[in-house]
Amino acid sequence: MEVLSLLGNGMLLSLQPLNILMILLGVTMGLFIGAMPGLGSVNGVAILLPVTFLVPPGSAIIFLAAIYYGAMYGGAVSSITLGIPGASTAVATTFDGRPLALQGRASLALVTAALASFVGGTVANILFTLFAPLLASVALSFGPPEIFALMLLAFATFVGLGGDDIPKTILSICLGLVLGAVGFDQISGAPRLVLFEYNGFLQGIGFLVLAIGVYGIGEMLWTIDQTRGEVTATTPKMTLKGMASDTKEATKRGWKGSMIGSFLGFFVGILPAAGATPGSLMSYGVAKMVSRNPKEFGKGSIDGVAAPEAANNSASTGSMLPMLTLGIPGSPTTAILLGGMVIWGLVPGPRLFVDEEEFVWGLIGSFYISNVAAVLINLAFIPVFIWMLRMPFTILAPVIFVLSIVGGYAAMRDIFDLWLMIGFGFGAFFLRKFDYPLAPAVLAIVLGPIAEPTLRQSLLLSSGDPSIFFTRPIAGPITIAALILIFLPAFNLIRRKLGNKKKPA
Amino acid sequence: MRVGEIVTAGFLALFSIYLMWKSTELPIGYIAGTGPGGGAWPFWLSFIMLISCLAIAFNWWRGTSPPSQSDEPVLDSHGWRSLIFVGGGIIGFVALVSIISMYGAIAVFLFYYTWFLGRHSLVLSLSMAIISPIALFFFFEGAMRITMPSGLPFTDPVFNFLYDIIY
Repeated sequence: MEVLSLLGNGMLLSLQPLNILMILLGVTMGLFIGAMPGLGSVNGVAILLPVTFLVPPGSAIIFLAAIYYGAMYGGAVSSITLGIPGASTAVATTFDGRPLALQGRASLALVTAALASFVGGTVANILFTLFAPLLASVALSFGPPEIFALMLLAFATFVGLGGDDIPKTILSICLGLVLGAVGFDQISGAPRLVLFEYNGFLQGIGFLVLAIGVYGIGEMLWTIDQTRGEVTATTPKMTLKGMASDTKEATKRGWKGSMIGSFLGFFVGILPAAGATPGSLMSYGVAKMVSRNPKEFGKGSIDGVAAPEAANNSASTGSMLPMLTLGIPGSPTTAILLGGMVIWGLVPGPRLFVDEEEFVWGLIGSFYISNVAAVLINLAFIPVFIWMLRMPFTILAPVIFVLSIVGGYAAMRDIFDLWLMIGFGFGAFFLRKFDYPLAPAVLAIVLGPIAEPTLRQSLLLSSGDPSIFFTRPIAGPITIAALILIFLPAFNLIRRKLGNKKKPA
Repeated sequence: MRVGEIVTAGFLALFSIYLMWKSTELPIGYIAGTGPGGGAWPFWLSFIMLISCLAIAFNWWRGTSPPSQSDEPVLDSHGWRSLIFVGGGIIGFVALVSIISMYGAIAVFLFYYTWFLGRHSLVLSLSMAIISPIALFFFFEGAMRITMPSGLPFTDPVFNFLYDIIY
């Protein structure tokens, strides 16, 4: 009851006129920043941090949290309408959002993304309100072996359950992991895999370079080749009746993905160094795993849009939990928020809930208000996003190429990365011709920099004994589940062969 | 497609061997007290890539993958033409960034695509080529404070004029 009373006070605080204005401004700005390829919540929060010194700290953090929320909603927009992930957190949304848009069902995909984001945000807010201190201690019990096991599970969902060619899927995962290892060895600091001795590789290969290359440039070259430049499917209409029908369909067919994304996303979000990107990718994998129609994934599945979108919103709230309760940021954006709080004279950590009760509950109350504001503003802007798709393809295509190049540069600030992006785009185009799945490579380049150090730290802890992944109470079951999924295709193959032998000729 | 698939697998196998070789620049075994060497992770991953390539080649030989059963060309004449014109346009776009600035390159690329490839009217093509870079300039440089490449010094007068508006 005490929690509800504190939450009530927090909501009243966040409903003050200045705070409401901050929420509306923050959500709208975040929505458009998130919708720009290459820009995500981290850019929005970092750029607008100095602006917040004009208002009291309570209103300032509410403004920044609202930007964070808006950007999470906005990331889906370019993933669905243009096929370019607005940010790393929205990559998984591209897998099914773009095919839906190409089928002329962009409005359904956008409505699904908005509603799933709302569900994810709401579930995360409730979990946050009720279990903040408890969950923070659970997150702390995740050491390197547990986090590596979780990463293994994420890769396993792609190997064991994809309908794709298994050797090609494994190759795609390994390629992404190796590309993620280019640059410097994270532990010794020595240069590693400086390909063809070209110094540009010393800074590593950014995730967005691969993602925009594959999904921006590669996808457009593929579309132009397949449709002969005459794309006619993307002419959706947006009416109130149509939106109501989309809402009904999204609710009916996307609830399972939303639920998976909401809980899994929140849990991954609270783990230090994980965040919304792994959360959304893993939720996509799990939604595919439990789906009755896994083959529909990648071709326009509603659950395939709902799961990552619910997850990235849920994880963004979740990542605030270790920041507020322990002073450990769960994502780059919360690291900037943490910096802002320190500048405002607040000390994140276990004492924050006691010493700055009004501030903390005002912020939590604003999460609820921001979530409602974000879904309403997002739904109101869907006709504008749909209008973009009604442009002739010969105008839309160069716009997408321009946004890919500009977005890629804005994120990485290096011309070399633009050349790499083009290389990945052409590479992705040809690999797709030969049925190589590219989503696992994108997943791997994101998770690789988390997986490698945790593997090495785990083996160091156990003096090189890999049984550490099986003997610990949390890591053990996760590792076993991952191995079962990895070997599932082999089991299925043997079962099919045995079944064929038993059949009479 | 059949030839293309085995050529691609062969290329990826060679790339895997190259990556394995590059990985050995750092230790690939377990070092007591410090854990696995810096080259271990990429080395063993590249090794798995090589094994996957062999499996792909085996499937190709058995003719189980769809591309290995197809006699269609990887790209027909239209495919090659659009790849050259569109892909070449993108390469030209990035090449121009260091010369005439990001915004100048956007203008040239948009005009090339809409007028030459898209066959749109001159008025529409020119409007897009002029308005889009200006809008992007004010968004990135003005609102987001992200500086894009400004090209060679001859573009300075234009940028000075635009920066005077922002600051």
